[in-house]
Amino acid sequence: MSAPPTKDLAAGAARGRRGGGLFRAAWRHGRTRVGVALTGLIVLIAVVGPFVAPYTPTEFVARPFETGVDGTVFGGDNRGRDVLTRFLWGGWTLLILAGASAGLGVLAGTVVGVIAGYLRGWVDEVLMRVNDMLLAFPQLIAALLVMSIIGPRTWLIVAVIAVSHTPRVARVIREATRAVVEQDYVKAAEAIGLPRWRIMAVEILPNVTGPLLVELGLRLTYSIGVVAVLGFLGMGLQPPTADWGLMINENRQGMIVQPWAVVMPVAAIAILTIGANLITDGLSRAAIGIDRGVGR
Amino acid sequence: MTETTETVLSVEGLTVIGRPSDVTIVGDVSLNVRRGEILGLVGESGSGKTTVGLALLAHRKRATEITGGVVEVAGRDLAALDERGVRALRGRAVAYIPQSPASALNPALRLRVQLCEALHDDALSAAEVDARVREVLREVALPDDDAFLGRYPHQLSGGQQQRVAIAMAFVGRPDVIVMDEPTTGLDVTTQAHVLATVRRMTREYGTAGIYISHDMAVVAELADAIAVMYRGEVVEHGPTGEVLASPRHDYTRTLLAAVPRMRTDVPDRERDGDLLRIEGVSAGYGRTPVLEGIDLTVARGECTALVGESGSGKTTLSRTVAGLHRGAVGDLWFDGAPLALNGRRRTVEQRRRVQYVFQNPYEALNPRKRVRDLVLGPYRHLVGRPDDPDRVVAEALERAALPASYADRFPEQLSGGERQRVCIARAVATGPDLLVCDEITSALDVSVQAEIVALLRGLQDEGMALLFVTHNIALVSNIAQRVAVLERGRIVEYGPVGRVMSEPSHEYTRALLADTPDFAPEGAAAD
Repeated sequence: MSAPPTKDLAAGAARGRRGGGLFRAAWRHGRTRVGVALTGLIVLIAVVGPFVAPYTPTEFVARPFETGVDGTVFGGDNRGRDVLTRFLWGGWTLLILAGASAGLGVLAGTVVGVIAGYLRGWVDEVLMRVNDMLLAFPQLIAALLVMSIIGPRTWLIVAVIAVSHTPRVARVIREATRAVVEQDYVKAAEAIGLPRWRIMAVEILPNVTGPLLVELGLRLTYSIGVVAVLGFLGMGLQPPTADWGLMINENRQGMIVQPWAVVMPVAAIAILTIGANLITDGLSRAAIGIDRGVGR
Repeated sequence: MTETTETVLSVEGLTVIGRPSDVTIVGDVSLNVRRGEILGLVGESGSGKTTVGLALLAHRKRATEITGGVVEVAGRDLAALDERGVRALRGRAVAYIPQSPASALNPALRLRVQLCEALHDDALSAAEVDARVREVLREVALPDDDAFLGRYPHQLSGGQQQRVAIAMAFVGRPDVIVMDEPTTGLDVTTQAHVLATVRRMTREYGTAGIYISHDMAVVAELADAIAVMYRGEVVEHGPTGEVLASPRHDYTRTLLAAVPRMRTDVPDRERDGDLLRIEGVSAGYGRTPVLEGIDLTVARGECTALVGESGSGKTTLSRTVAGLHRGAVGDLWFDGAPLALNGRRRTVEQRRRVQYVFQNPYEALNPRKRVRDLVLGPYRHLVGRPDDPDRVVAEALERAALPASYADRFPEQLSGGERQRVCIARAVATGPDLLVCDEITSALDVSVQAEIVALLRGLQDEGMALLFVTHNIALVSNIAQRVAVLERGRIVEYGPVGRVMSEPSHEYTRALLADTPDFAPEGAAAD
């Protein structure tokens, strides 16, 4: 029995927790690993797919909905294009659109949330009431509305989804910020007269990364869903682009004779969503654990 | 008064280890307490005293396990009890008074509900329960009328909350009562009341008390016997008088020496021109006035102490000086020039020369920054980019009595005392003339407090003026030259420490002095 080794142990553990401590803690949950494996698989297909695809996505290789054609694995789609090729090509658009809209939405939401939470007063009121108005629109309905008025454009898909994420992220980050603002180190920075933007960027932001990462994961999951649904409803990417959501829509009439053209993109989207969800879940559990001081 | 010599609590070889690391948290602890007696369990943070206290309730913290030893309460072995037996035991055979009454009382429940809940005895009728609850409230000197029982915890003061917690503990007439630093958050006047209540109740009920504390002065006043814990082991155990008079273990001697002694012989010091002048400052929160018409000066190189109970406005005053409090009016003068009440309107030079150290070192350091960046942050902003940042950090750490190697650590790798030293290093790095210290030792152990006070005295010798806020009047006599006593936002007494301590003119000051535990062990009387 002696204290020094205890101290060293604690210090060692603490050192290990630094630099991606949240990821490390999340990795200990089995669900996170499963999530990473599933997500990794789909991302791999989407990224490597276009390079290994046997044909180009618009090449006709079979008759519509024909299966068992020589030189194809899963047959042809509604126009007779190779299903495997279109599947391999159709993922990266979804990933980029979902990633970009989630990233932009979380970025904007974080800025709004930190500013509202730190400055309070009328700035907080204005930002949060605008937020409430945006929150009143259901995500998908708002997206469909804007698309049907302006027409389906790629940048618009990203913008609409990002805007619909912003108020939701802002709410969470604002609450996290308000807890941090009460801490004396923020007061200490004020006491030496540090500019407000620096206090927000240097003192507050690094201390809300826990909820921030969880939000990012969550918003990514939602974005995947919304982008896929928009594609399915014909409001997303337009033919002849190879896109998983679009593929499901185009091929659903022939689902009985040519199930692959629907099953493959559906399965990919499902696996991706479940994987991203599992990672988010692991992250949020780890964040809660860290906040409560367990799992150190 | 129950006069028996029956041993009601006996602990033999209690061992608690951590899981899964197998670190021994408490090793081979043996204690005995008789009816009507109080045992003071003394030690610094991390010495395992709370772990021992919880083990007496057959409770353990997360990831710990009781691996050895026998705990007997009134002849029953706790280890032999199942879950149901433990539930029956808690509250009736063993009761617990937690450290923070504010968090121990359920804010959503009225006092009546909480007190009746504590007396979970099915044999009693509702009328009997009610009568018992009222009886125990009278005993802790609280009102027993329906209006009081209908209140919520937030409608009570801190002292009242703690007395409710005591009432909850005693309502079931326990054999043993475990008190985990119940007066830590209270000011001296309230502390004196609570201690007197605890003393009287244990005597009247014939309850064996375990009083856990890091403050030797409190324990010396209250306990019949003292057990000193150090690194998970009891290093000294004996009657209070004996332990105080002739401590056997080195650690006990350190603890005794760390208690600030009330000194009345503080010599007056030549005053060397005003550095800070506060004129007619009033402040408040919303419409509630907290400070009214404060006049105060701090001379160069002088330490002025602000003393008062919680709620007296001393923290508000110190924050006003630091430019952190919104809604203050009045005039501040610093080194002959006006000092804006709003910190943002001050010149960079003024901000550099007035530095602030916060009460709670656990909240005052950004957990995402290394010590090096924490110390350099204010320096870069107020002084400029240093030519040799490493030297700046090393010098600041050295002035705060920390090794330069600490620069690479994160706050969570430091103890409470080390954190507070980093806060001081951060403040002194910019070379201030006035250091505002807001109860900077109240979150720390007494032994660490002594080190911090020695450090501050050293800084003062280098010419720094201090505005030292505290509720501990004994500490004042050890560091300050002048003292201002605050009561409800007004300064009721202000003068040289020697005079205020020896001939206080205001009755509030006299009450404060009388309520401070008088600590002068015979063995240490020599110094």
